Amino acid sequence: MAHADARRGAQGPRADSRVLDAADIARVIGRIAHEILERSHGPSDIVIMGIQTRGVPLAQRIAARIGEIEGTPVPVGSLDITMYRDDLRLRGARPLEVTDVPDVGVDNRVVVLVDDVLYSGRTVRAALDALSDIGRPRSVQLAVLVDRGHRELPIRADYVGKNIPTSHDQAVRVRLAEVDGLDEVTVEG
Amino acid sequence: MRHLLSAADLSRDDAILILDTAGELGRVTDRAVKKLPTLRGRTVVNLFFEDSTRTRISFEAAAKRLSADVITFSAKGSSVSKGESLKDTALTLEAMGADAVIVRHEASGAPHRLAHSGWIDCAVVNAGDGTHEHPTQALLDAFTLRHHLSGGEGALDGRRIVIVGDVLHSRVARSNVLLLHALGASVTLVAPPTLMPVGVDTWPCQVSYDLDDALPGADAVMMLRVQRERMNAAFFPSTHEYSRRYGLDTRRAALLADDGIVLHPGPMNRGMEITADVADGSRSVIVEQVTNGVNVRMAVLYLILGGRAETDVWEMSA
Repeated sequence: MAHADARRGAQGPRADSRVLDAADIARVIGRIAHEILERSHGPSDIVIMGIQTRGVPLAQRIAARIGEIEGTPVPVGSLDITMYRDDLRLRGARPLEVTDVPDVGVDNRVVVLVDDVLYSGRTVRAALDALSDIGRPRSVQLAVLVDRGHRELPIRADYVGKNIPTSHDQAVRVRLAEVDGLDEVTVEG
Repeated sequence: MRHLLSAADLSRDDAILILDTAGELGRVTDRAVKKLPTLRGRTVVNLFFEDSTRTRISFEAAAKRLSADVITFSAKGSSVSKGESLKDTALTLEAMGADAVIVRHEASGAPHRLAHSGWIDCAVVNAGDGTHEHPTQALLDAFTLRHHLSGGEGALDGRRIVIVGDVLHSRVARSNVLLLHALGASVTLVAPPTLMPVGVDTWPCQVSYDLDDALPGADAVMMLRVQRERMNAAFFPSTHEYSRRYGLDTRRAALLADDGIVLHPGPMNRGMEITADVADGSRSVIVEQVTNGVNVRMAVLYLILGGRAETDVWEMSA
């Protein structure tokens, strides 16, 4: 959920730089899949939950990668955190996305939340609230494609694709083939 | 969307947004924790000047599922029975810090007055005003129709809906005609000439006086309650004659399209506008309408109280 680029509007020329390309993203997905398996001593009990919107295709890719490595599919779902946001008064209502909990549920499972960019940590805070209303996981871990810093809450990621130091007025833009037609991460501004 | 006063205020896109939102919120009903924190700290007032069980309970359930605080105010046993005016009641609510007022009133236009008089600053939702409109009922009917006829997505293009009965006294009929028309459905109103309102020829629908003529092949039929409490004259010769000509029985229900459904906004006069066989039969979605009512009202409260963003910047800090 990181198309923060709209904020910048027409402020003249931008220095956009690509920090990850499609091959980089594929390698990151593979590494995170291995790290999840390593930490959990195998795929049993793992449930991957993508945070809407761009966390969902990432979650599906990680789950598919784990399936290839281990030969057994892992349950994957999606989480819409719109109703759990703390900025309704500031930003207003917005359309809801699908929350899809795998049939196995999340009770007593190791849930890996997946998002594209970790920034303030508020999305993850909302996702933790949403998750606790669905069930009681044994533990919850967080995987992100990009950690850009500037946390406003005591939240950290367990699996990070790439740490990208940014300033507040920069925008990190993640594009994924499933949503945007191509895979890349750029820093704009 | 600041208020919801009339189905006419809703564009096709607005209506689809509300129905889509209701669809997602409906999934909460299936969870262990049937509550969302979205409207925590907001106050919703149920202001009911007219008796209503299901609409009031439905709005109350919807607001509570979104964690809003709910104050219920019914005219009986309140200062209204001592002669307090709508204005003074409104000022009291404003002073209590209400964020939204759900209003039902026997006078057509009361919600509009409340919303545009400047008495109060909060959002107003029309929960039925006189014989004028009942937009959330139309939304829940549209939701139910869409679920059965369009796979729960998009609009109702090309579907044929027949609305039968006391159109004259029905706010449900008017709201439904407007909303279903906006969603692309073709609506036929059927009623005895005495129960058809003046000016119905300007509504975006067909009008018929013969139920057997209108039903064949229709995708859905919505039976309206005969509102005897609003009738101060003889609109039809006898109950028996009314149900013979305009009641829905098993034979007539069989005239619908193969997967055609039967709706009724409730409360039903069983044996008058609808037989018990049909009301409890396999085509009936009447109980489902009640469930959908809560989801649709959650969607309306969320979208209205969420309001428009203060900026149109769609930036999110992930």
